Amino acid sequence: MANKVYKDAKSALEGVLHDGMMVMCGGFGLVGIPDRLIHAMRDAGVKNLTCVSNNAGIDGAGLGLLLEAGQVKKMISSYVGENKTFAKLYLEGKLEIEFNPQGTLAERCRAGGAGIPAFYTKTGVGTEVAKGKETKVFDGQEYVMERGLVGDLALVKAWKGDTSGNLVYRKAARNFNPMMATAAKICVAEVEELVPVGQLDPDHIHTPGIFVNRILCGAPYDKQIEQRTIRKA
Amino acid sequence: MAWTREQMAARAAKELKDGYYVNLGIGIPTLVSNYVPEDVDITLQSENGMLGVGPFPLDNEVDADIINAGKQTVTELKGTSYFSSADSFAMVRGGHIDLSILGAMEVAENGDLANWMIPGKMVKGMGGAMDLVAGVRRVIVTMEHVSKDGASKLLKECSLPLTGRRVVDMVISELGVFAVDKKGDGGVTLIELADGVTVEEVKAKTKAKLSIDAGLKVA
Repeated sequence: MANKVYKDAKSALEGVLHDGMMVMCGGFGLVGIPDRLIHAMRDAGVKNLTCVSNNAGIDGAGLGLLLEAGQVKKMISSYVGENKTFAKLYLEGKLEIEFNPQGTLAERCRAGGAGIPAFYTKTGVGTEVAKGKETKVFDGQEYVMERGLVGDLALVKAWKGDTSGNLVYRKAARNFNPMMATAAKICVAEVEELVPVGQLDPDHIHTPGIFVNRILCGAPYDKQIEQRTIRKA
Repeated sequence: MAWTREQMAARAAKELKDGYYVNLGIGIPTLVSNYVPEDVDITLQSENGMLGVGPFPLDNEVDADIINAGKQTVTELKGTSYFSSADSFAMVRGGHIDLSILGAMEVAENGDLANWMIPGKMVKGMGGAMDLVAGVRRVIVTMEHVSKDGASKLLKECSLPLTGRRVVDMVISELGVFAVDKKGDGGVTLIELADGVTVEEVKAKTKAKLSIDAGLKVA
């Protein structure tokens, strides 16, 4: 079997980057973001990116790094409220944004990865989101047509992975990663723990290795928390 | 005395039924989980991919991978499950969630809801709100009855861009509880008055077509 394992994020991105590409990025807030790969994207200096990601990171972390470096032309996201750099770039006219309802965004990626070019949803009917889009009535209810999305490159983060690219996510860090993994020409995955093939329980694999072209271990991770909320004992 | 935010949350909690799967928005809706009646067992869904959301963690329990949709650290319960965002919105859009409680900037008498953008101001995005109001079986809005500049938020028509059309079933404000006729043109019906609030005050602060329920309860 062809080798999928790379020693780090930099080498895992060699030969797959080009200016103007569309990048599908997993994660919700800072949970489950492909942190090592985003750093490597920044260091590679690739520009005019269209990033498909639920959020845009925060200042100094996640896709915020690519925004600060001026590498992003357009974001397709559902919520970007945590990022001051984002607001600044947007107000200066240096950044385009296409807001998608979160479920529509997830389904656009799922559909794209599954070879489905478009689907109908009732989300957004009668709102600005549906403007200019085809609508159709099924069983007396109006739906709007949304397009599947397929990018040039998917960047995902998993908990465990094996050398054949099988992935297991941890807790709420799964979020958008499984769809993003399917929805691009090339998928690069970073994991906290990379194990030899055969060590993951086949019944517990979330993303089968067919979707993953390259894999690297990014450990050790020091996971950032956006809003540390606690209760008193 | 009109209701406080806590009292509004407590009133919204009375709408919970045993066995419900519920999605709570940010702000007053989050407080609702503090007032779940003892004989009622509900399961909270968080649209980032968690069903069975527990309380905030103790200081030594914090796990960076366990957050709710507001990006706050939370905990697991017995029976918690995790899933992808696509599966999460299959629950939402597919009508599998019983109740969504969320905030609003404006609600119209036909159930139209606006809560995601103000033209000319920086837009943060709608997150999962449009999916939730379109797909969840019952939608309750908790909101201040009037805006900071004194304008009614319960209107004939929304002036702001919509989050959903004909989606709101009930509004709970500091003044009382209102049923919304989202299927017809009956407007909003005052079904419960907050402690110390008069019908006249509600009428003065409401622009929507308003009726008073024959069995109006005074809290």
